[in-house]
Amino acid sequence: MLLHDRTMPHDHTDHDHPHTLLPSDPALRVKALETILTQKGLIDPAALDEIIETYETKIGPRNGAHVVAKAWSDPAFMAALLADATAVVSELGYYGRQGEHMIAVENTDAIHNIVVCTLCSCYPWPLLGIPPTWYKSDAYRARAVREPRKVLSELGVTLPDGMAVRVWDSTAETRYLVIPQRPAGTEGLGEAALMDLITRDSMIGTGVAVAPSVKP
Amino acid sequence: MTRVHDMGGRFGDGPIVPEAEGGPVFHEDWHGRALAVTLAAGALGKWNIDISRHGRECLPPADYALLSYYEKWMAGLTGLLVDADILSREELAAGHAIGGSDLAAKRMVAEKVAGVLASGGPADRPSDVAVAFKVGDAVRTRRINGNRLVDGGHTRLPAYAVGATGRILRVHGTHVLPDSSAHHLGDGAEPLYAVAFAASELWANPEHPKDEVVLDLWQSYLDPAA
Repeated sequence: MLLHDRTMPHDHTDHDHPHTLLPSDPALRVKALETILTQKGLIDPAALDEIIETYETKIGPRNGAHVVAKAWSDPAFMAALLADATAVVSELGYYGRQGEHMIAVENTDAIHNIVVCTLCSCYPWPLLGIPPTWYKSDAYRARAVREPRKVLSELGVTLPDGMAVRVWDSTAETRYLVIPQRPAGTEGLGEAALMDLITRDSMIGTGVAVAPSVKP
Repeated sequence: MTRVHDMGGRFGDGPIVPEAEGGPVFHEDWHGRALAVTLAAGALGKWNIDISRHGRECLPPADYALLSYYEKWMAGLTGLLVDADILSREELAAGHAIGGSDLAAKRMVAEKVAGVLASGGPADRPSDVAVAFKVGDAVRTRRINGNRLVDGGHTRLPAYAVGATGRILRVHGTHVLPDSSAHHLGDGAEPLYAVAFAASELWANPEHPKDEVVLDLWQSYLDPAA
């Protein structure tokens, strides 16, 4: 049974979509929206500054690296993380918007995990911050599910032939954090030194952790 | 049925352009502004994340393909603001406010930002829909991925995974159903699963026999497979 009222999708045609009323230059378009909303008392420009500063300086992939370094260092922490990632990262203060339902997936010799959102750009913000441009690109969204190995090769990763690839398409509010394999030769390193080896891309699955000998 | 945003598996998009670690989070000042305006407007409480996603998906296909990422955010937001009667077309055309708003009391001030971002918006809800599948069960996705409540409405079963047989990998509990929530029809919570599909079940020429794609899918997207 179809429901017919304001539940109908609000399709606007090319000519009457409201966004065409705003300036075509994107910077001016954003400014126009901010101005009107501020004048109506609906937006605090200082809050916008705060949001931007938060994602530029406070919430980013170092959070995720902290989690992974702890997992590499402590088998009990790793087990807890794999069992209930939301609870474990919450204890470290990394709960929040776009990370309400976290799942950690571990790369092993047998399986390599990679994360995408083909329908939009879902990404674990509290652990990795705002996604890089390529993660949000049509090319990545279209191709990562169909030819992940080719995508990985374009990002500099070649997998052994016996290793399976598991691509996670983030179609719900669950968010995935890849735990990269710990590089060889890092046995004596503490959490802080390990964090330096854990890249953003290694936690999306489009990269691997940096081996200490090749780290610049 | 499907819209232009549903692009998984599509051909013709060209190579991935890598981006250095540690570079700028926002490549243009207006990118950060666009994200911040979107979050601040969302805090007014007039829509949820499913309505917000559907707003972007309702852009005309030619616009969706042409606009850059944050331009799509701005265009989607503009449509939401008008649909929710927060701003008028006259105000957008004039470039300034015409009158105040009874939502002003809900304005997110700077001091509230950290708390709002840290509190998030969980999507799990109690549901009286019984969990039908367990880990390891074989399931088949619906052959047609349209929204069953609203023709042309929002749904989260990608076109590339319709009519495919997979197996339940994880049971996530019961979550808000986007097909309902995106259209002001209530949460409609039901069981949500991670479902694994062999690449050979989805693609004409899979890269490797061991590869899999996992999607998070709601129970009403699935039927038992023999």
